[in-house]
Amino acid sequence: MAVVSSHPVLNPPAVRCEAGRCWCEGDWTLAGVEGLAARLREVRWPVGGIELDGAGIGAIDTTGALLLLNLIADLERSQGPVHLVELREEHCALLELVRERRASAGIVAAAATTPQGFLERLGRTVVQHFGSAVAFVAFIGEAAMALGRLIVHPSRFRWRALFGNIETAGVNALPIIALLSFMMGVVIAYQGGRQLEFYGANIFIVEMVALTMLRELAPLITAIIVAGRTGSSYTAQIGTMRITEEVDALRTIGIPPMDLLVVPKLLALTVALPLLTVFADALSVFGGMVMAQTLLGVSFSDFLDRLPRVVTLTSFLLGVGKAPVFAAIIALVGCYQGFRVRGGADSVGRQTTVSVVQSIFLVIAADALFSVVLGGIGL
Amino acid sequence: MNEAIDPASIVVEIRGLRTGFGSVLIHENLNLDIRRGEVVALVGGSGSGKTTLLRAIIMLLQPMAGSIKLFGQEIVGIDDAAAFRLRRRFGMLFQQGALFSSLTVRENVAVPLREHTPLPARQIAEIADLKIALAGLPADAGAKLPRELSGGMLKRAALARALALDPALLFLDEPTAGLDPVSAGAFDELVVQLKESLGLTVVMVTHDLDTLWQATDRVAFLGEQRVIGYAPMRELTRAEHPLIQAYFEGPRGRAAGSRRAE
Repeated sequence: MAVVSSHPVLNPPAVRCEAGRCWCEGDWTLAGVEGLAARLREVRWPVGGIELDGAGIGAIDTTGALLLLNLIADLERSQGPVHLVELREEHCALLELVRERRASAGIVAAAATTPQGFLERLGRTVVQHFGSAVAFVAFIGEAAMALGRLIVHPSRFRWRALFGNIETAGVNALPIIALLSFMMGVVIAYQGGRQLEFYGANIFIVEMVALTMLRELAPLITAIIVAGRTGSSYTAQIGTMRITEEVDALRTIGIPPMDLLVVPKLLALTVALPLLTVFADALSVFGGMVMAQTLLGVSFSDFLDRLPRVVTLTSFLLGVGKAPVFAAIIALVGCYQGFRVRGGADSVGRQTTVSVVQSIFLVIAADALFSVVLGGIGL
Repeated sequence: MNEAIDPASIVVEIRGLRTGFGSVLIHENLNLDIRRGEVVALVGGSGSGKTTLLRAIIMLLQPMAGSIKLFGQEIVGIDDAAAFRLRRRFGMLFQQGALFSSLTVRENVAVPLREHTPLPARQIAEIADLKIALAGLPADAGAKLPRELSGGMLKRAALARALALDPALLFLDEPTAGLDPVSAGAFDELVVQLKESLGLTVVMVTHDLDTLWQATDRVAFLGEQRVIGYAPMRELTRAEHPLIQAYFEGPRGRAAGSRRAE
């Protein structure tokens, strides 16, 4: 918005002084102000009052005007009164506008924040986490009540949303689950097999792979993949819908967001995750079989022959039985964090991170709890 | 329109522009010249391609054919370095403001300055505060986050960011949409004031008939995939074309026109 020329500056701004009079020269525009401060420091300002001649200014924009005003203010403080003369009329008008607006600008100091001590930070964090834990429990209660309402009035249940969610969370996750659980099977069989070989106990690879995988690793790996893949998308979707006021629109139309956004996701994941776990069981045992044959010489038929004798139905069911609990954790945390989004895009990112971290943490914690409790009752 | 026009005073020159999405054509053989120091509005019915034209001019959308020159430089097929240099010479106010939600207003205004100039942080903050004041915001607005601002203040903050690099050319997409009449009127005045004191060329998309009457020098009417009328508002409303007639002769168009006549 240079007054005279809108072309990039070729003429850097400068000040030249001779015999008690100073001339401003060049284009005082944003493109040219780089290095201006250094050039101004080298100027030998006359002592006493200064006549500053502005006729040589080619173009000036608001940034240039601001710097010129700053220069004049600095000179008045150090050298005495400054008279700006011979300025072109249109430049004068711009300078006046900037002078007037700058007066109203004034930098408002940010509210002084006292640095927080360790104890204060600790206290605030504890209170904050406690509050969010209470809110999460309230959210679980709300979701349960929505579920109860839908059981009483099954006609309001959103079947389309349920099946859509099962497809995206379950069917579409099959390839990645297949690949990763196969690789887990290979890794476990490889590491375990090296040890078993020492003792000539190759055939025990069957117990090793099948029990670790079916009981512990397959449900856990599946839950972690789903938390990263689906839990995060739940948070991002609900969070974005909050920002664009779609959640409020649903409420206004008379659709409780819980019914449409949370319950179908919760049920879909509770159905999909156990099925994915069974799939992961099969693929990881297959990975173990491949490794057992190539590394330990345990053939597929030997492996499959031994498998049903050493792996009880209980181990399999315990593994798959954990999946619905993991699914509920992932879906509830994902949706809850989505509803906690406030403001803008950065909040969506933050809550999505929190969602994934929390759901993975809670899944592993729940798995540990299962181990302790099940061990306690002797399973 | 008959006077000889100095070619250097044409800031935006569009020739034979064709844009579209897939097989749907939005513009076909569209021509438009915008002179320096003018406030030009693009109007037309919904779907006539106003915003698409704006996006083509600011290099967000690649035209299918034709030529667009900004400050005399061809931007169809421009290379990245030249586009970067050109981008610091115009500012854009997006319809929803498009302020970065994680940054305060002052930081938002400082983003283009930090990106395009090597100035020290203190000076950038000072320039940003000046732009915030130029856009007519109170001094305490600089430290606020976009979500803490009202609709009218949001538009002004976005305008301050568009003005950050002292552009010669300013694009506004629906600057007064969603504002109350008082704020909208104040925004129109602000645009005129900035144009007069800073010598800006302003190109805006708007549906606001009061803005068209009060703030524009010329209005380009888009229809039938091209510009079907390009004249000052007073002449344009008398144009014969049925689309233009239908646009301005509705009850709202007449009301705005008669308010203007008073």
